Amino acid sequence: MLELPKVYAEHIHIWLPELLSYVETTLRIAAVAFALAVVIGLAAALCRTSRSRILKTIAAIYVEVGRGLPIVVILYIVYFVPPQLFPGASWGWFNAFVGSVIGLGIHGGAILAEVFRSGIEALHSGQREAALSLGMTPAKAMAYIILPQAVRIVLPPVANYAIGLLKDTALCSLIGMNELMNDAKSIAFAEYQPMAVFVLAAAIYFAMSYPLSLVARHLEARLSFGR
Amino acid sequence: MRFFEVLGQKGEYFLITLLGGWPTTVKVAAGALVFALIFGLVIALLRLSRWRAFRIPAIAYIEFFRGTPLLVQLFVIYFGLPDAGFEPTPLQAAIVGMGLNGSAYLAEIYRAGIEAIHRGQMEAALSLGMTPARAMRYIILPQAMRTMLPPITSFSIVMLKDTAVVSVIAAPEIMFYARNLVTETLQSAVIYCMAGALYLCMTVPMARLVARLERSRRAWQ
Amino acid sequence: MAPLLQIVDLHKRFLELEVLTGVSLEVARGEKVSIIGPSGSGKTTLLRCINYLEKPTAGHIYIDGKLIGEKQVNSGYVHLSDRELAKERQEIGFVFQRFNLFPHLTALGNVTIAPQKVLGLGREEAEARGRAMLTKVGLAHKIDEYPERLSGGQQQRVAIARVLAMQPKLMLFDEATSALDPELIGEVLRVMRQLAEEGSTMVIVTHEIQFAGEVSDRVIFMDGGKIVEQGPPRDVLLNPQLPRTRDFLKHLQER
Repeated sequence: MLELPKVYAEHIHIWLPELLSYVETTLRIAAVAFALAVVIGLAAALCRTSRSRILKTIAAIYVEVGRGLPIVVILYIVYFVPPQLFPGASWGWFNAFVGSVIGLGIHGGAILAEVFRSGIEALHSGQREAALSLGMTPAKAMAYIILPQAVRIVLPPVANYAIGLLKDTALCSLIGMNELMNDAKSIAFAEYQPMAVFVLAAAIYFAMSYPLSLVARHLEARLSFGR
Repeated sequence: MRFFEVLGQKGEYFLITLLGGWPTTVKVAAGALVFALIFGLVIALLRLSRWRAFRIPAIAYIEFFRGTPLLVQLFVIYFGLPDAGFEPTPLQAAIVGMGLNGSAYLAEIYRAGIEAIHRGQMEAALSLGMTPARAMRYIILPQAMRTMLPPITSFSIVMLKDTAVVSVIAAPEIMFYARNLVTETLQSAVIYCMAGALYLCMTVPMARLVARLERSRRAWQ
Repeated sequence: MAPLLQIVDLHKRFLELEVLTGVSLEVARGEKVSIIGPSGSGKTTLLRCINYLEKPTAGHIYIDGKLIGEKQVNSGYVHLSDRELAKERQEIGFVFQRFNLFPHLTALGNVTIAPQKVLGLGREEAEARGRAMLTKVGLAHKIDEYPERLSGGQQQRVAIARVLAMQPKLMLFDEATSALDPELIGEVLRVMRQLAEEGSTMVIVTHEIQFAGEVSDRVIFMDGGKIVEQGPPRDVLLNPQLPRTRDFLKHLQER
């Protein structure tokens, strides 16, 4: 352990650039998965607050399963199960990136569905009534009155989710995705320096997530308006 | 479909094998939870302390363990420590790793719970002649515990799910057995779905419990 | 000429509870009607039925002779959806007990959003109208403030301006001052009195008996989901005929 500074002095100029080259992949996975999670989450939240019992139940099951399964398990199921269930179809396009993004997206959608739902429900029903009394259709009320307020309520938890997502990309290494964690593993075992390399990798993740968490905290402070 | 054929033929064998990992799953989750509950309280109290010498390391600890992935932390402990002379077993590394990680999250839960009660109550306790320590022990913490029950239970569910990650450091829990089984039989669909179902059997009832706790807490207020 | 508002045998049931048990009422154009009564008497429910925030279980409502809130299907009636109701609600103004201002918009924003998005007015025209209405309620100096910076009385006046900007035929007030601190009630009542003097058609549910007496052409006493007694304020308030009315007024005076 005490040799760490020496080890770094010798190797860091090789290790660091290589690890950093995988930051882009990590960010790409996170970005696409985030977008997917938002879309799915929004759809699920709208289903949960709709009047159709079928939609409500399907969405409820999705949310319960998506939040009840470990991310690792979701990734494995998404990546390995479909090709086995439908061996006839062509799976060439279904690489680790696609699997990672879909897996993370499905998990994130379940989390965000709850965030969006409580955001929509937190709004005093009086707001909707006031909008309707002014002659707005439900659609207009949603667009001009409900959603703008819901977005403000929802932004801090969504920001927190995004930070968690960034860290969760490390789990994609388990389905063979070539991102930061996987690269760290190869270097660490090739050079017999697990402590040094993994601590370095941790530092890189920290460098990505800490600024974001500061932004998220700032947003949280600024976005609470009184009622 | 082939899925149900395999399920029918080998299902029982798969299930029994997977359940072999269940004790470890529970051991790791419970061990890490206890670790985190105790150590998290320590960190929280340090975080809330008046002296910067205590506060700053606590903050650094929390930021670091919350700002880096659990996977990396586990790798550092399991693969990195042997360099320094400690050779943890997979189980030990899993519990320590998840425990340290969990402590950071629980410290924040504790802090939120304590701060929610803190102000007026502390003033009242101090006016009665209690030291801050006594006030914390007899007045603040007992009240905070009640409001913190739902977030702590929520967090236990997260712990349970995180045990799936420790399969990578060869801890013999459910996912570890699942992966070996798949390597052996190539029946990834049935096996992974079954593993998923096992997790759901644990997490869904707990999630319902949390919901019920939340509702009764709101009724309290 | 047909009365502006016609309510015919209105019933409303919530699960087991019959809240309105057959209410019929006519309000002429320019008439001001106050509704008083104990809580649970159904007066707020009646008001909310008029703009169909609550859907009646039975009975019909007509504005200017036209059936609202329902359409005829074969030999029966079917309630309209919120989307279909939007057009009819443009002509009815509703002032809520809890104001329900939109917190993400300024006072001017609150007043102009419906004229713009519902009536389709251009921004300049809507803002001109908005400024005029806010001036009318005495809040010209607060047009750019957000609701959280306004007092309760100011918020309610913005809410009234918001309704006025839509130029409704009929204005409904649901206990408009009940949620206000006593010293703020006066400024809202002043605005309501001004509207009354200008000839607005108003249906006011209120606990402010004295105000009801001063401003109304007709006072209605409701109890148990029915209209018990109604007439000019002089008659109902000073010389109530029925014992229930007398009891209610006596209780209020004792407070």
